[in-house]
Amino acid sequence: MELGNQLLQYLLSGLSTGAIYALIGIGFSIIYNATGIINFAQGEFVMLGGMLTLFLMETLKLPLWAAIPLAVLLATLVGLLFERLAIRPLRKASPISLVIITIGGSILIRGLSMLIWDKDTHALPPFSGDEPIMIAGATVLPQHFWIMGITVVLIALNKWFFNHTISGKAMRACSYNPRAAGLVGIDVRRMVLLSFVISAAMGSLAGIIVAPLTMTSYDVGVMLGLKGFCAAIIGGMSSGIPTVIGGLILGVLESLGAGLISSGYKDAIAFIILLLILFIRPQGLFGKPESERV
Amino acid sequence: MKKELIKYTVFALCILLAPLAFSGNYLMNVLVFVGIHTLLAVALNLLLGYAGQISLGHAAFFGLGAYGSGILSTTYEWNPWLAMLVVALVVGGFAFAIGFPILKLKGHYLAMATLGMGIIVYIVFNEWVDITGGPSGFSGIPNLELGSLVFDSDLKNYYLVWSFVLGCVLLSVNLANSRIGRAFRAIHDAEVAARVMGVNARLLKVQVFALSAMICAIAGSLYAHVMTFVAPPSFGFNISVELLTMVVIGGLGSIYGSFLGALLLTLLPEFLRFMHDYDIVFYGGLLMVMTIFMPGGLVRGIPDLFRRITGLKNKKGGAHA
Amino acid sequence: MLELKGITQIFGGVTALNNVSFSIHANQITGVIGPNGAGKTTLFNIVTGIYQQTSGQVIFEGSDISGIPVERLAAKGMVRTFQNIELFGQMTVLENVMVGLHSKSKSGLFACSFKAPWAIKEEHRIREEAHEWLRFTGINQLADVQASNLPFGKGRMLEIARAMACKPRLILMDEPAAGLNSQETVGLAELIRKIRDLGVTVVLVEHDMELVMDICDRIVVLNLGQKLAEGTPREIQDNHEVIAAYLGDDE
Repeated sequence: MELGNQLLQYLLSGLSTGAIYALIGIGFSIIYNATGIINFAQGEFVMLGGMLTLFLMETLKLPLWAAIPLAVLLATLVGLLFERLAIRPLRKASPISLVIITIGGSILIRGLSMLIWDKDTHALPPFSGDEPIMIAGATVLPQHFWIMGITVVLIALNKWFFNHTISGKAMRACSYNPRAAGLVGIDVRRMVLLSFVISAAMGSLAGIIVAPLTMTSYDVGVMLGLKGFCAAIIGGMSSGIPTVIGGLILGVLESLGAGLISSGYKDAIAFIILLLILFIRPQGLFGKPESERV
Repeated sequence: MKKELIKYTVFALCILLAPLAFSGNYLMNVLVFVGIHTLLAVALNLLLGYAGQISLGHAAFFGLGAYGSGILSTTYEWNPWLAMLVVALVVGGFAFAIGFPILKLKGHYLAMATLGMGIIVYIVFNEWVDITGGPSGFSGIPNLELGSLVFDSDLKNYYLVWSFVLGCVLLSVNLANSRIGRAFRAIHDAEVAARVMGVNARLLKVQVFALSAMICAIAGSLYAHVMTFVAPPSFGFNISVELLTMVVIGGLGSIYGSFLGALLLTLLPEFLRFMHDYDIVFYGGLLMVMTIFMPGGLVRGIPDLFRRITGLKNKKGGAHA
Repeated sequence: MLELKGITQIFGGVTALNNVSFSIHANQITGVIGPNGAGKTTLFNIVTGIYQQTSGQVIFEGSDISGIPVERLAAKGMVRTFQNIELFGQMTVLENVMVGLHSKSKSGLFACSFKAPWAIKEEHRIREEAHEWLRFTGINQLADVQASNLPFGKGRMLEIARAMACKPRLILMDEPAAGLNSQETVGLAELIRKIRDLGVTVVLVEHDMELVMDICDRIVVLNLGQKLAEGTPREIQDNHEVIAAYLGDDE
């Protein structure tokens, strides 16, 4: 039964990290769908969530429940600034320029974080203690429940927003056809801004809920961002369930790989999956292949 | 083409004569690294500028060249020159093989795929301790030798590295002004039309990807023999970003621009030692500023700026057009 | 020379082309006309390898070329021009035509980098021939102008020069008269005749009826994805169905 217990353990922790990847991936998809840009700085919003919360708690002595919303707000502000200062001036630029500028932005945010805070890793206190709970032989921490719970809530909010609010539908319209959307009166630029705001908010929250488990530091954004991107790719850049499934698959495979094969190569698993998907089925597991109209 | 040859000759002369001006030992050392970075930047520029393809994992090829040469010439006691050649060919072959699937991707997907590849290679460098020495690196790599000449001083390494750079630049200049260079520019401008004219865009992109990788591998081999020591951090994502910054600053598609970018980004940290912790902020800010305000890089931006300033001076009293 | 057999193209739920078949005879100028949405450009893209047809065959000089990648068609002797001229804007007029000679030259990556002697010779030949084609279309004096700075009419001439540099046996032109004024259209008609006189087969998709009736030896009419009629210009002009398709029924 040992192996069974172990597998369950890996599965559960994989689902939990997978949920985080899903949230980050949805952030990528939202921006991509609204603008056609892959925001390399997405991972930095995740990092800012954790780091800002820590900063607010330690330096301003705010309690956790106050620090979290404020941190999300601040991170969202950074997202807004980023869109205004870096993305908006480049709307007509080549894809290469757009890629380069989001890379530059991500490095800048990371660098400033390192300067303002430090290079150490920090732990955020778990939301409701760290007494492990036994489930069928596997150890689960309360934080895992927070992660799954908040993820479910965020995804439900996301779905509601895109399917049942005017702004959400307007954003979907922009993603299908920005010109047409503009012609019917949708302010495309505002939708672009909104997409960055939502992604920054979701990303930072994801960073906060996972920080008690995996620590946070100025450079966690890179890996988390890439893995979130991988989840989005598996999901075909959808901002809904397919990306969630992508994230969960990735989390579980990573966890199983780390446990059963080797933990040093754990990070490589995500990227090997990324490459395989990009090579074999770039539209993701659930998307339809694109064709070019001449 | 005449103009190109003149530019090259001036460039080559400056490079070859530079040591006469900089007899101070320390600067010579830095200039050796400027040379290696120039090789890398020119290689990336070939891909980015001419073929219009982004790579965020080029440090991986650099590392494969360095580790490959280092391990073969130390652990297996191969002739270093033979090792360099073989490693370059193997890395080129590897790039050619993964080039086909990678270059089918567009824009940011391509960037991500190269990033992923770069990170996988980096992880291998870090984890395969038996062969690579893991995080603490691999040392004891011999210097290169040519007959009785051992390349063990900064001055000798300077000429060693820069000979390769000059050779590479000459090849790049030749390529740019040839049928193949035109084919690439055509692909960049109107890919469908280029294909209709018979340009096999796919094959060419993969070929230039492989060539670019080979040059990086050679740069890696040179690095290994000059440093006699290699460690994973020199070949990570940050380095790939630095290279990208060098090419962007210099100007995409400009060979001498890449040299300029490499020169600036290698020298600046040396002169601004106190800025060590600020370097990533600096790169990030620089990338953003250059992309927004000077997308053509310094090579196009400075003459433009100059023209604008002197242009305004001439229109002193008139209304703006 | 070129035979289309039962070409059908379905995009999602829309049938763009339905069982279209006709033949193009060598050394003639054939026009393909039809109201907007008839499927002319789709047909073009299928013949020139940009789309893959849902069913049917494209037979060029006796062999089925469906599925052959675009870049191999130039070597086989087929080339096309585009409705929105796809010039290499950042290159000069001469360089554009030199790219046209790509399929008739061989120097590869290494030969060019190392400046192999045969590569240098080939480069001279490419340059000379490119000038010849510019003279053929009457724009040699613009050889060093950047292509994106050309007025539209000259750009059209450049596109044709570039296509002719491939030394094709079949050239397909997608609305070559689009955007040209009447004087330029007359020049175009002359040029197309010159091309036919060189022994090249020409197929044009066109809306300019005067041009079509003037220079075409044969005309194929498409409507709503199907072949409506085929014949000489006279026959087509007298065909009631064709008239109805364009002008609508009178009753």
